[in-house]
Amino acid sequence: MRQSGSATRGVVLAAVLLSIALLPLLAPTYYVLLMLPFMALAVVLLGVNLLFGYTGLVSFGHALFIGVGAYAGAFLTVHTTVRSLEVMLLAAAALGAAVAALVGALCVRYVKIYFGMLTLAFGMVFYTFLLKFYRLTGGDEGMRVLRPSLLGQSLDAMPKTDYLAGPYYYYSLAVLVIAAFVMWRVVRSPFGLCLRTIRDNPAKAESLGVSVTRYRWYAFVISGVFGAVGGALLGPPTGNVDPTLAYWTSSGNLVFMVLLGGFANFFGPVLGAFVFIFLQDRVMSTFPYWRLVFGAILAFIVIFAPAGLMGLLSRRRPAEVFRA
Amino acid sequence: MTEHLVNVVMSGVFHAAILFLVAAGLQVVFGVQKIFNLACGSFYALGAYTGVSAVGWYASTGGPPGLFLLPLALGGLLVGIVGLPVERGLLRFVYDRDETFQLLMTFALVLMMEDLIRMTWGTAPRSTAGYYLTYGQARLLGAAVPVYNLVVIAASLIIAAGLGWLLTRTAFGRIMRATADNREMAEALGVDMRRVYAKVFTLGTALGTLGGALVIPATAAMSEMGIELIVEAFAVVVIGGLGSMRGAVVGALVVGVLRSVAISVYPELEMLLIYLIVIAVLIFRPRGLFGAAAV
Repeated sequence: MRQSGSATRGVVLAAVLLSIALLPLLAPTYYVLLMLPFMALAVVLLGVNLLFGYTGLVSFGHALFIGVGAYAGAFLTVHTTVRSLEVMLLAAAALGAAVAALVGALCVRYVKIYFGMLTLAFGMVFYTFLLKFYRLTGGDEGMRVLRPSLLGQSLDAMPKTDYLAGPYYYYSLAVLVIAAFVMWRVVRSPFGLCLRTIRDNPAKAESLGVSVTRYRWYAFVISGVFGAVGGALLGPPTGNVDPTLAYWTSSGNLVFMVLLGGFANFFGPVLGAFVFIFLQDRVMSTFPYWRLVFGAILAFIVIFAPAGLMGLLSRRRPAEVFRA
Repeated sequence: MTEHLVNVVMSGVFHAAILFLVAAGLQVVFGVQKIFNLACGSFYALGAYTGVSAVGWYASTGGPPGLFLLPLALGGLLVGIVGLPVERGLLRFVYDRDETFQLLMTFALVLMMEDLIRMTWGTAPRSTAGYYLTYGQARLLGAAVPVYNLVVIAASLIIAAGLGWLLTRTAFGRIMRATADNREMAEALGVDMRRVYAKVFTLGTALGTLGGALVIPATAAMSEMGIELIVEAFAVVVIGGLGSMRGAVVGALVVGVLRSVAISVYPELEMLLIYLIVIAVLIFRPRGLFGAAAV
């Protein structure tokens, strides 16, 4: 039973990966480019769900880390000679870790609504910083992101869409696969088990010798690194970063995506990001008021399908198939 | 010098008076229903647009300008009725859920209301040009303060007193406080929770929409005003203490006046200062200044 379950999951995963890899050859460029923010956000959401789904902490300020990563990358391309995306991602990860270590140390002492409020407040501090410190951040206009080189290859000569739908696409996919693999190992490790114990019964975890606050802090820092790396990937496709990336509604949308896909499932948030981005694109092309539609969808999910799309999918199959 | 100071402080107090109304709506809902209503900012925006329309209609009937306050306040109050269908139609399904889901339900409301407002009133800013200075300006220690601001500050104080009276002196207030303290016990003693929740949420909504309507002569209504105000109202209730009415008064004054002072002294600081205070309060005194007293 368990064996066949994980075999099915493997087949599904391989099929999905293959179709994503073949997409640039088959689909119109427009949809290929839409995959870029999806892959970047998927990395962010893997991190969000380590807190939400696995540790039981809902952050309403996680867009802070998207902002940190995106601006770190932008800053490097504009103010230094660095063009390498690897260096940008590493710098984003390091800065994300540093910020998350600091913010997390203060936030993880609280749970539930207080954790949510504190993260929201930190997110808004960063947003205001981006908005007001014009000389460093470009204020409300944001900053440009010059085209990064990939694996040491400068690709400045390439037309923009060829660059984005080609090398940059596969680079993003590789980052997402690596990120998912790392996160998979994290949640399946004894550390991941500790986090779930903390989520389900913090008092018991503490009595078993697990330092609840310390483990929450670790989870927060890992989550921040994923957020910053995903944020750094978001900049180059648009060539511009601006403070709205870090606004509180952007954090709200992240939580929305996690819930849409299903927080109880490892791949739920990734699916959530995919559906959110493509549905948003479809809705916006026919009807200018996408927020109305999405608000209604969110209300529907909250009331009728709290396990999200993955919950609906796995109800018709053996429960094991889509379980992380 | 004093003139400048008075101007800064008075504009801060005016902003605080508006903030108090929205934050009070947030507080009654959180105190009784234990839901942190992110949509209180959206109700504020709804009230603002309704206020613009009400005053616009009033102007077209050619009523005396001095009485424009009546349709403005009445429109703001009446549109608060939308709280009832929102509570009955959406919110009541999440009362026994985890607070994450409650928070997300109110976030869904934020999304929907922002676009409903855009659909109804369009995307361009709307204002009631010309009514702000209808009542003239008062001299206060050498500074000229619009009388309208003083009217709003007075109205806000009266509402604060009225809420205090409602909570401590009336039967409904006792029921609210009992529910806030211990919902099960109140229910066991025969309180119809559905009615209480419907009334409390509508009251909270009406406070927000009234706040939005009253701000309108001073600033234009914009579709983003709701999501911007919610973070300020959030700061107010954190500083004052979640669920506390006295906290809302003090928190609103702190946020309103500090913001006004920061803007005039060092504009970069504006909201940054407020959020830093919020963080400091959450870390050193997470219950806020008056958090111990429920509602």
